[in-house]
Amino acid sequence: MGNFLNVAPTTLLVIGVLMLTALAYVTARRRAMTAAGGDARKLHSLPGYYGYNAAMLTAIPAFFVLVIWLLVQPMLIQNAVIEMIPQDAISDGSSVNLVMSDVRRVANGLTTAVDAGALSADAARDISVTDTDVRGLLADNGVALGSDVNADVLAAAQRYRSMQTTGQWLMIAVIAAVALGGAFVALRATTVDFRARNMVERFVLGLLMIAASLAILTTVGIVFSMLFESINFFKLHPWQDFFLGDTWAPNFRGDSDLSILPLLWGTLYISIIALFVAVPIGLFAAIYLSEYANNKVRALAKPLLEILAGIPTIVYGLFALLTVGPFLVDLFGRGEDGILGVDWMSGATSVLTAGLVMGIMLIPFVSSLSDDIINAVPQSMRDGSFGLGATHSETIRQVVLPAALPGIVGAILLAASRAIGETMIVVLGAGAIARISPNPLEAMTTITTRIVSQLTGDTDFASPETLVAFALGLTLFVLTLGLNVLALYIVRKYREQYE
Amino acid sequence: MTDHTTPKNSLLRQDARTVKRNRAETRFKAYGIAAIAVGLLMLLILLTTIIGRGTGAFQQTFLTLDVQLLEAKLDKKGNRDLEDIKKVSTFGYAPLMAAALEKKVADTGIETGLKPKDMAAILSKDAAAQLRDFVLENTDLIGSSVEFRFLTNSRVDGYLKGRVTRESIANDKNISTAQLDLVDALIADGALEKRFNLAFITGADASDARPEAAGMGVSMLGSLFMMLVVLALALPIGVAASIYLEEFAPKNWITDIIEVNISNLAAVPSIVFGILGLAVFINYMHLPNSAPLVGGLVLTLMTLPTIIISTRASLKSVPPSIRDAALGVGASKMQSVFHHVLPLAAPGILTGTIIGLAQALGETAPLLLIGMVGFIASNPPDGIASGLLDPNSAMPAQIYEWAKRADPAFYERAWGGIIILLVFLVTMNAIAVMLRRRFERRW
Repeated sequence: MGNFLNVAPTTLLVIGVLMLTALAYVTARRRAMTAAGGDARKLHSLPGYYGYNAAMLTAIPAFFVLVIWLLVQPMLIQNAVIEMIPQDAISDGSSVNLVMSDVRRVANGLTTAVDAGALSADAARDISVTDTDVRGLLADNGVALGSDVNADVLAAAQRYRSMQTTGQWLMIAVIAAVALGGAFVALRATTVDFRARNMVERFVLGLLMIAASLAILTTVGIVFSMLFESINFFKLHPWQDFFLGDTWAPNFRGDSDLSILPLLWGTLYISIIALFVAVPIGLFAAIYLSEYANNKVRALAKPLLEILAGIPTIVYGLFALLTVGPFLVDLFGRGEDGILGVDWMSGATSVLTAGLVMGIMLIPFVSSLSDDIINAVPQSMRDGSFGLGATHSETIRQVVLPAALPGIVGAILLAASRAIGETMIVVLGAGAIARISPNPLEAMTTITTRIVSQLTGDTDFASPETLVAFALGLTLFVLTLGLNVLALYIVRKYREQYE
Repeated sequence: MTDHTTPKNSLLRQDARTVKRNRAETRFKAYGIAAIAVGLLMLLILLTTIIGRGTGAFQQTFLTLDVQLLEAKLDKKGNRDLEDIKKVSTFGYAPLMAAALEKKVADTGIETGLKPKDMAAILSKDAAAQLRDFVLENTDLIGSSVEFRFLTNSRVDGYLKGRVTRESIANDKNISTAQLDLVDALIADGALEKRFNLAFITGADASDARPEAAGMGVSMLGSLFMMLVVLALALPIGVAASIYLEEFAPKNWITDIIEVNISNLAAVPSIVFGILGLAVFINYMHLPNSAPLVGGLVLTLMTLPTIIISTRASLKSVPPSIRDAALGVGASKMQSVFHHVLPLAAPGILTGTIIGLAQALGETAPLLLIGMVGFIASNPPDGIASGLLDPNSAMPAQIYEWAKRADPAFYERAWGGIIILLVFLVTMNAIAVMLRRRFERRW
C-alpha cells in the first residue's frame, strides 16, 4: 500500500478528487429534485445546474490548492533542509545548489533502496555514515554517487525524506478536506430557491475572460522574455556598439563586435527588393482583377494567386537556395560560360536571390489586400468619372487609385513588415556574411538569420554572443509592431472615409 | 468621281489624342494581364520545380542479391543463441554481401576488375544493418540462402536518376567509373533497378553518409503530435476567447486593448514566438528541448490569433434574430450562446481551425529555436508520453535539416519532403473548403 502510494500519490489524489466531483454532481442533482418533490418546474434552475454547481465547488478549490501546494512544498522543504547544512560542509568550488542536489540524490536513493527491499523504512531513517557504507548501499541499488556521503548530507537527506512524506500526507489530507468541504457547502446550498444557473454561468464567464486575456499574456510574455535577456545583454555589452557600431563579428572567446547596423542593412535591402517585385505585380494584378476581369477569370485567378501565400516559407527557402540562386549564378556569375558572360556573383546565396523569392511570396499579400481596398471605393465615384468621358484606365489612375491610396499604402506596410520578419527564405537564401554593401549580388545577412544562428546549437545564456539574439528579437518585434500599428491605423482611417 | 474617304473632321475618325488615350487604355490593361500572368507563371515554375525535383525521392535504386547466411560467420557456436548472434556487428555482415555480389557477378558473367570489397561499395551503408536486423529476427534461416533487396549507395541511385554522370564523378572518392560499369552491367541483368520506396514516407532520418536510407516517417509523427497539442489547446481557448469578445465583453478600454493585441499578435513574425518558447518554456519552465510538446505550445500561441479572428467572424455572421428568439423563450444569455449561436457557427469555426492548423504545420522558424533541428530524428516514439516529450523533428524542420546537409542526394529528399508536406496542406485546405461549401449558410 505504502509503495503504491509512493509511485504516484498526486495522480491518485487527482483521480480521487475527480471521482468526488462526479459524486457531488449526481448527489446535488438528486437532492435538488427531491427538494422540489420531483417536479423540476419548482426549481429556480434546471436540475443539471445544481449538479454542475456542486461539481464546480468540489473540484476548483481543490485543484487550485493542489497546484499551489505542488509549487510551494519543494521550496519550503529546501529552505528547511539547507539550514541543516553547516557552511563549512560546503567545500570549495561547490555551492549550496550542488550540495542540495546531492541531498536530493541521496534521499531518492534511500527511497529506491527501501522500495527494493534492501533497507527497511526504519533503517533508512536511522542509518548513519559511521556504521553503514551508504555510498556502497546506494550503488547496489542503482544510484551512483560521485563521492562518499558525509554525515551532514545524510542527515539532511533523511530529514528531506521525512519532510517529504509528512508533506505528502498533509497535502492529501488538506485537499481531501477542501474537496469534501466544497461538496458539503454546495449540497447545503442546494435548495429550491438556490440560483444555481447564475453561479455556474458566472463561473463560465470567468473562464471565457481568462481565455480572452491569454492574448495579452502572450504579448506580455513576448515583451518580458526578450526585455529581461536584452537588459542582461546590455549589461555585458555596450549599447553604443550594438546600435551604432558597424561590424558584426561574434566571437565565442569573447570581445565580439555585435552591431545591428549591418544586419539591419541586409534586412532592409532584401525587403526593398522584395517590395520592388511584389508591389507592381500585386498592385496591377489587383487592379485588373477588381476593375477589368469578368467573374470567371476572377474566380480562377484570385484563388490561384492566393496559393502562393499558403505555401510554407521553407518551400520558398529551398526554391531560393536550389533554383533561383543557381539560376542567378548562371546569369551573372559564370564568367565566359555564363549567359551574360559576366563574373559578378560568386555564390548562390545573395541579397537578390532572397529578395526575388520573397517578392514572389508577397505578391498575394499585396494583391488580396489592395483588391479589397479597391473594391471598397464606391461605384458612384467611377460612374462620375465615366460620365465625364474618362477612359477606364484614366478613371482608375485619376479617381480610384487616389481614393484607395491610403489603404494601398497600409497594405504595402503590412507586406514590408512580413518581409522584415521573414526567416526561412533569408536563412537559406541570403547567406551568412554581415556587411554593408550596395551590391545586390553579394551574400548578406539579416536580423532573423542571426537570431537563428545565435540561438541554435550549444548556447550559453551568460555570454553576450547568445544574449544578443534577444536584443535583436526585441528590435525586430518593435520594428514590425510599429509597421503593423501604422498600417492598421491607416487602413482603419481610410475605411471610415467611405462608410 | 466622288471621294469615298471619310472627311477630315468626321466623328467616325479618331483624332490623334483619342488614339493616344485608347492606346494608353490598352497598355494599362495589358500591364494588369501581364502582372497576373507573371504571378501565375511563378506559381507554375514553383510547382513544376517541386514536382520535377521531388518525385525522384519516392523512387530508390535497389539491388537484388541472394545472400548465403553462413553459419560460420554469424553463429560460430551453432546454438542459435540470440545473445551470441547479436555480438556479430554489422562489420561481420559486410563480407557476406561482398561474397553474394561476387557470386552474382560471376554467375552473370560480368567482366570487372574490381575487388569484391569495392564491388560491395555500390551498396548502401545501411544494407549491412538491414541484413543484420533480418537475421536477428529469423535466426532459423542461418545457414540457408535468402534473397534480399538492398538499397544502393546514393551515388549509384543518382547515376540511375541522371544526377550523377561519368563526368561529374571525376573527383568523387565515393564511386569510380569501374563501379559505374558494374552498375550498367547489373542494370542490363535486371538485378539493379529503380523501385517505389515506401521507406521514404514511413522511415526515419539517417546520418549524413546514408542519404538513401533517410525518410520522413518519424518527423511526420513529430508534426502529428505537435498538431494534436495545437488542436487540444488552440481550439478551446480560441473559441472561448472569441465568445467572450464577441458576445459578452463590454465595450471599454480593456476590451479594446485585447482586440488590438490580437490583431497585432497575428502579424508578429513567427521567429519571435520561437524566442518566447525558448525563454519561457525551455529556460524558465525547463520543459525538454526539441520536444513536440514545446513545439506544439509555441505553435498554439502562434495559431491562436488566426483561430480567434475566424471564429469571431463566424460568430458575427449568425444573425441577431437567433439570439433574440432564444432570449425570447426564456433562455439566459449564456444558454442562447452555447445552445444556439455556437452550433450554428461551428462549421465556420472548424474551417478556420483547419486553416490555422495548416499554417502551423508548415511553420519552421520557431522550431529552429526550440531545437527541433540539428540532430538525426531516428527513433519513432513509442506511446503518447514519448511522442510528446522525446526529442523529435517535424516535417518542415526535417526538410530544413536535409537542405542544410549540402548533398544533392539530400536535396532530392528535401524536395520529396516538400511534396509530402504539400499533400498534407492541400488535403487540409480541401477539407476546409468542402466543409465551407457543405455547411455554409447564407442568412
